[in-house]
Amino acid sequence: MRIVSPAVSQRIAVSLLWSMAALTMGILVFIVAYVLWHGLPHVTWGFLSQSPRSMGREGGVFPIIIGTLWVTGLAIMIAAPVGLITAMYLTEYARQSRLTNVIRFGADCLAGIPSIIFGLFGFVFFVITLGMGLSVLSGALTLSLMVLPTIIRTSEEAIRAVPRAYRDASYGLGATRWQMVTKVVLRSAMPGICTGIVLSIGRSIGETAAIMLTAGSALGFPKTVFDSCRTLSLHFYILSREGISMANAYATASVLIVVIFGINLLAYWAMKRFVAGKR
Amino acid sequence: MKQAAKDKCISLTLMAVAMSGISGLALITGFIFREGLPIMMKVGLGKFLLSSNWYPQEGEFGIFPMIVGSVAVTVGAMLIGGTLGLGCAIVLAQFCPPRLVSLLKPGIELLAGIPSVVYGFIGVVILVPFIRDYIGGPGLSVLAASVVLGVMVLPTVTSISFDALRAVPRTYREGSIALGATEWQTTRMVMLKAAKSGIVTAIILGMGRAIGETMAVIMVAGNTLDLPRSVLDPVRTLTSNIALEMGYAAGDHRKALFATGVTLFVIIMVLNTIALAVSRRRPGRVGQA
Repeated sequence: MRIVSPAVSQRIAVSLLWSMAALTMGILVFIVAYVLWHGLPHVTWGFLSQSPRSMGREGGVFPIIIGTLWVTGLAIMIAAPVGLITAMYLTEYARQSRLTNVIRFGADCLAGIPSIIFGLFGFVFFVITLGMGLSVLSGALTLSLMVLPTIIRTSEEAIRAVPRAYRDASYGLGATRWQMVTKVVLRSAMPGICTGIVLSIGRSIGETAAIMLTAGSALGFPKTVFDSCRTLSLHFYILSREGISMANAYATASVLIVVIFGINLLAYWAMKRFVAGKR
Repeated sequence: MKQAAKDKCISLTLMAVAMSGISGLALITGFIFREGLPIMMKVGLGKFLLSSNWYPQEGEFGIFPMIVGSVAVTVGAMLIGGTLGLGCAIVLAQFCPPRLVSLLKPGIELLAGIPSVVYGFIGVVILVPFIRDYIGGPGLSVLAASVVLGVMVLPTVTSISFDALRAVPRTYREGSIALGATEWQTTRMVMLKAAKSGIVTAIILGMGRAIGETMAVIMVAGNTLDLPRSVLDPVRTLTSNIALEMGYAAGDHRKALFATGVTLFVIIMVLNTIALAVSRRRPGRVGQA
């Protein structure tokens, strides 16, 4: 026997679902708004251009921004070419075989490993075994492994989306495979590849645990890649966890959020253009 | 012929570079196990995993409370994040006007990019005091960690479940509506069934993210070494144990932290394998429902 008629259960379910969606959106928007509301007033030119004083209680975050740029930039400079080449190999050169399956499986597994494990590995391998110490380089190498799967996956998808006709036409004009891949396929897959890279930049900037174990948390300017440095998210973590300065913590978080939103919007814009170009 | 040789050469070089991902994975696995396994064997696997005594100075390493902690906050996170995320995905895929979807979907993906420390921070300044004042306990608790992680995995779960629901062929939905089913019956009996593998993948990936999260959990979970008795008790997870003590650990203590990493690694790999196996099954066939 039916207790509730379908029409009633429909009405109940829909209102329940809508309130769940509203709650989700509400929470997420609230978090961003709350941080920006408390933080943006403290983000002044001085905050962005000064060095931190007394462990970050006063002063700004300039060396930390530089440290973030170093680590992230270096990580992407390592991961982007390797990821792109892997994707090129998987899509254009290799025949589908056990080897390509193994390579894909490796990337999928790598994507699921938690950052603290990357941190442990980076610490024992780059920092200790290879003797790089807590440094920009150790941090960047660790991060590059972390973001590699994202770059492989997105590049692979972008390359696959290039129409067959492009390849045929290129061969028809007498191009070698290498010319076809580099001059035709990669060029038309570029927006999709860029999306992957931009998303990886976002992930690198937001990373904390792995950075703490591999790049350290020195507050000074990194002069070479062998110096320890601190990134924005780690600085934010330390400021808030140790209760050093709430105002500066909010301000650092605001800078982080604004930067990451900017980066994501850039990726979204690139993707939009990519999709539009496909039509 | 010369061209073919050149082509072969390029292909081999590319292959060598393409192996770096899998070599990285092998290196990570090798080094984590090399550092962690010996101490696990020395303490005894059963004792390491099931003892509740973690006294690194006395050489006692038992991580049972942390395993319980990790499982507790992850289950809690999935109850909150999984339910809300799936609900959100259903609304976006089924009931939302397209223009709103094209605004909300990128919005949710944007939120997936917020660093986890920001979620942890909000947990500390708003959630923890709220729990302490209105629900009870010290505030820093399983509940706080579950909520923070639940919110953190929301974008992941929503976004992947949404894609899975969208991938169900239109005809399924139209067929069901044409047979006189209500929207909700269609969702429940047709759409959710057809998108099941994608939704399961979303939940498992969300779980992986929750169990692997470190900094946000450290900020709100309290990190005590005792077994939690209720959701209002503080707790320490496997990840926080590593991050909290790695800074000063040496000798056997450090090795035991690597062993904690090995445990986490194995749990994650099992979850990933399930996720991969499920997501390989193509969606599209509805059961005999």
